[in-house]
Amino acid sequence: MFALGLIGLLVRRNLLFILMSIEVMLNAAGLAFVAAGARWGQADGQVMFLFILAVAAAEVAVGLALLLRLYHRFQSLDADAADEMRG
Amino acid sequence: MILVWLIVIPLAGGLVAGLVAGRSQASCRVVALAATILGFLLSVMLWVRNYAHVSLWQQRNWLAEFDRPWIAGFGIHFHLAMDGMSLLLIVLTFLLGIASVLVSWREIDDGVGFFHFNLLWVLAGIVGVFLAVDLFLFYFAWELMLVPMYFLIAIWGHEHRVYAAVKFFLFTQLSGLLMLVAILTLYFAHHAATGVYTFDYAELIGTPLSPRVGLLVMLGFFVAFAVKLPMFPFHTWLPDAHTEAPTAGSVVLAGLLLKTGAYGMLRFVLPLFSEAAHRFAPVAAALAIVGILYGAIMAYGQTDLKRLVAYTSVSHLGFVLLGIFIGNRWALEGAFLTMIAHGLSTGMLFMLVGMLQERTHTREMDRLNGLWQTIPRLSGAGLFFVLASIGLPGLGDFVGEFLVLLGSYRSSVWLAALATVGVLCSTFYGLKFVQRAFHGSNVNRWSLADLSGREAAIVGAMVVLVLWLGLYPQPVLNSFEPTVQHLEQVVGPPSMAALSTGARTIPVILSPSRSAGAKDPANGSAAVLGTSPGALQRYGGKR
Amino acid sequence: MFHLLWLVPALPFAGAAILMLFGPRMSRRPAAWIGCGSIGVSAAISILIAWRFLAQPPAGGSYTQQLWTWMSVAGFQPGIAFYLDALSLVMMLVVTFVSFFIHLYSVEYMGDDEGFSRFFAYMNLFVASMIVLVLGDNLLFLYLGWEGVGLCSYLLIGFWYTDPKNGLAAQKAFIVTRVGDTAMALGLFLLFHQLGTITIQPLMQAAQQHWAGGSPYATAAGLLLLGGACGKSAQLPLQTWLPDAMAGPTPTSALIHAATMVTAGVYLIARTHVLYSLSPVAQTAVTVVGLATLLVAGFAALTQDDIKRILAYSTISQIGYMFFGLGVGAWTAAIFHFMTHAFFKALLFLASGMVITSMHHEQNIFKMGGLRKELPLAYWAFVIGGCSLAGVPLVTAGFYSKGLILWGALSSPRGSETLWALGVFGVFLTALYTFRLIFIVFHGPCHHKPSQKTGMTMGVPVIVLCVLSLVGGFVNLPAWLGGHPWFVNFLGAALPATAEGHPAFGELASEGLVSLALAIGLVAAWYFFLKRRELSEWLASTGLGRLLHRWWYNDWGMDWLYDRLFVRPVGWFARANKGDAVDLVYDGAAAVTRLGWRALRTTETGRVRWYAAGLLVGTVIFVMILALL
Repeated sequence: MFALGLIGLLVRRNLLFILMSIEVMLNAAGLAFVAAGARWGQADGQVMFLFILAVAAAEVAVGLALLLRLYHRFQSLDADAADEMRG
Repeated sequence: MILVWLIVIPLAGGLVAGLVAGRSQASCRVVALAATILGFLLSVMLWVRNYAHVSLWQQRNWLAEFDRPWIAGFGIHFHLAMDGMSLLLIVLTFLLGIASVLVSWREIDDGVGFFHFNLLWVLAGIVGVFLAVDLFLFYFAWELMLVPMYFLIAIWGHEHRVYAAVKFFLFTQLSGLLMLVAILTLYFAHHAATGVYTFDYAELIGTPLSPRVGLLVMLGFFVAFAVKLPMFPFHTWLPDAHTEAPTAGSVVLAGLLLKTGAYGMLRFVLPLFSEAAHRFAPVAAALAIVGILYGAIMAYGQTDLKRLVAYTSVSHLGFVLLGIFIGNRWALEGAFLTMIAHGLSTGMLFMLVGMLQERTHTREMDRLNGLWQTIPRLSGAGLFFVLASIGLPGLGDFVGEFLVLLGSYRSSVWLAALATVGVLCSTFYGLKFVQRAFHGSNVNRWSLADLSGREAAIVGAMVVLVLWLGLYPQPVLNSFEPTVQHLEQVVGPPSMAALSTGARTIPVILSPSRSAGAKDPANGSAAVLGTSPGALQRYGGKR
Repeated sequence: MFHLLWLVPALPFAGAAILMLFGPRMSRRPAAWIGCGSIGVSAAISILIAWRFLAQPPAGGSYTQQLWTWMSVAGFQPGIAFYLDALSLVMMLVVTFVSFFIHLYSVEYMGDDEGFSRFFAYMNLFVASMIVLVLGDNLLFLYLGWEGVGLCSYLLIGFWYTDPKNGLAAQKAFIVTRVGDTAMALGLFLLFHQLGTITIQPLMQAAQQHWAGGSPYATAAGLLLLGGACGKSAQLPLQTWLPDAMAGPTPTSALIHAATMVTAGVYLIARTHVLYSLSPVAQTAVTVVGLATLLVAGFAALTQDDIKRILAYSTISQIGYMFFGLGVGAWTAAIFHFMTHAFFKALLFLASGMVITSMHHEQNIFKMGGLRKELPLAYWAFVIGGCSLAGVPLVTAGFYSKGLILWGALSSPRGSETLWALGVFGVFLTALYTFRLIFIVFHGPCHHKPSQKTGMTMGVPVIVLCVLSLVGGFVNLPAWLGGHPWFVNFLGAALPATAEGHPAFGELASEGLVSLALAIGLVAAWYFFLKRRELSEWLASTGLGRLLHRWWYNDWGMDWLYDRLFVRPVGWFARANKGDAVDLVYDGAAAVTRLGWRALRTTETGRVRWYAAGLLVGTVIFVMILALL
């Protein structure tokens, strides 16, 4: 699932899909924590998942805001359009 | 406490000048002028008050001292101290500070507030460098003077100002980092030897270092100072920086920043690493000679007046370096006097070129011909300071350079001969300057305004000072004397054994009487004459 | 009375300072008064001091006035101090006197020049420096005067600065003399480190005490000081600057480049005569330099066509005589010749100044001619000065002084018949070129009518110098004339007497043969340059003649040689390296950095996906490395 998210991040140019891929990766990591917590019987995994959940929520909020700004600026959701930092 | 004031005055003056500039430019200039004059008066007062007993200096007993813990955990103190050497350099700093403010009166008309802020903060940094005896504080001040100087060049400079400013910054910053590494190495080595963490100068003297480490650490300091000095082959930032800087910047660069390099050599390199410095002396002296000759000939090749003057600094500071590493009393006193005299004469040359540029908007010699016809007083002043610069007896530079040469002859006849040829080469560029700028016929039909009252006041004061240094340099030499004694105590008698092929053939007649001469200058010659026959007999026996 | 000594240099210096500060705003009259007045007063004080010196000599024959200690560093303690003895008294008197008359002359000569006050400021500064030079009690103070006169010489040669040619001549003079000064400075270091002082009198005593005869130190010191003397006195191999120095105003040439400054080398060697007495090698070097110079310059003078250049070469040649005299140990004779030379050479220059003014600044002698009737004063001044220069027997001053030198060359143990004979050949040359000049300029057909007449301000100094050129020698009448060698005895307090050897013949015979050489020269000049001018022209047009003429005319090619050997290489290097080759290293470092930047900037695409891919690859590699370890 993590690999799926990663591939999505690398190949898609649409910012919305990139964001979704990041969500997928975060959830993959969270799932790994939960699974590991269940396997070794420790609460840490669940704590970490809750933490990731919070981070992911914040990330989505910030990410979507940035996405809106970018859309206003470039009139597209293409990530490569915003390559003004090219050296 | 007075030492803190010496630093606070320019710092505060700079802040106030920067703040009031928004309201009126004139008041900003007045504030800056007042701050520098105040500092000058304070330092001169210190000199006059202490003149009688500068020579009672004993080790660690400074003229004035201020010591507070700063970052106690690392053994860092806010430790300022002053002896005759730093006192005179501070007097020079404020004097040239006054001149810089005055010379910018008309030249700078945008960003006046920030300009004076930077100018005064550079001065504060320089004063800090001359006063700090805590190595951490010293490094702090060393960097403090770098940044405002960068702005001075990069904002108010001429055509290629950014290139020059970046070059200046890179050279000094890189070499400064080497010094930082060296300082830290010394700091930890001292801890390893004594178990005490300290940056204090007096404590660090005599820190045991293995010869290899000693040499490396010494080189760390040496390179930082040699770049500032500037020593061949680290001199190439200087012509660019001097040429592109505004007049006040050039004056501060040539008159003061270069002196911090020489000061560092005298204050830190020799006492802290006497052993390594001894071993390195032949190399340093050889590079100094190369610098003297190379600088003079390069100056001769230039057509840009400011570049020409910049290269003369390479040549003159070569004498300072030579004197420092020859290390006998004549050479050290000569090196110090050259520092002061060069600050005045070359600083003035930069100001005069600046005045010319203000009037003609060019520094190219080919475009300035026959200016004597239209501005005789400015040209006369130019002639005077060129003559000072080429070492005409009776003017300041001569005394310093002569003493350096006299001292270096004791170590090595050949070094002295080559350096004396350097004095000859100085004639080339000096006469070229006069011939191309002032003499000749006024083919370009310049019709310019001669010295204004403000300019004439600066020139007149400097003429008097240069004459004074040339005809009665004793007060300056006396004030420096204790530092030389201190160096002799710490470093021991100079021996450039590796160099002195000539020294073996030259008997040291004077050595028995040197201490006598030092204690009582009035009886010095009697002592020399009194003891020399005995010494001569010894020498006769040897022969 | 002696305590007024410091005023002698101080007054001209004050005059110079006033003229420099306020001169541009001053009208001519006060400027002239300050210029001449300060020198006049200082000449008057010199006379008072001299009178007192003769009436009541100070204890030990010398008087020292220390104003203050210049500097004092570890036993090196030169003072700002004046030392007066017989030698410096003579020098001081001659300098102040001749200066005064030349200043007077300049008031009219420079009368309508733009830089009137500047001229007098420089001239006054010169006189002050020259007096410091002769009165300096230690070598460093002497060196101050030494460089000071060099500076004034530079300023005055380049006085008419609008012509770059004058500037070049001035630069040449300054640089060439400074080459000599470099040697002199080294000599100073050597003396100080060996003997522990540079105050001249103790130094000489110490040298005598501690150095055996033939000591290598004495030789080295002597040769180094000789280097300085050669530069300042325009002796071989540093003589090339003096002929060019004639670019300056004529009073300058008279004062600086004939009468006073160029004889500073003679003074220096006389002042430090102990060193040369100790070192036969150094003294022989002085002899050789003097003799070679007097002959080389004599030949060069024969071929010149510029009136002032002829006089310049003649000056070089006459100073060669003085060096020759010093070299053979005829110390007092050399100083005697310095004095008479100051009179007659100043006279010749001032007279040539009159000619040049009248001829609208024409200096080529072949464009003059027949001026005898038009300019009687200049003519008689030239005749008297020329006779004195050539040494016409009995009536002229030059005869006595030059005779004394040549007699020394024969009679002293350091002299020999060969040296004497070469010196006498020099007399023949002197007569030849001197009368060539006089015959061509004043006799023969008249080419251009002179226009301007010169006034009395120029006339009086010329007349005074005429008288001095005639009677100046009577202060030292030789014994064979039944006279009394008063001058030599007076100097005897400061300089050793000429040692007596075993001359091949007597003084009278020597003088007779010298006069014979002079007569031959005179007749030859009359025959070749007046009677049968075409003969000399034919001689110069033959193959060998033309070669020699060109060679001598161009100062034996030494200028050419120095130009190729030193001037061009240094100039070439300076120009070629204008951008500073050392900077290439740093520029190289900067270029490498920029190359690296170019390489790395391609990775900075600005695309998030590339960065993410980079992150991925990096992580994978990192994990693999961890796993492998």
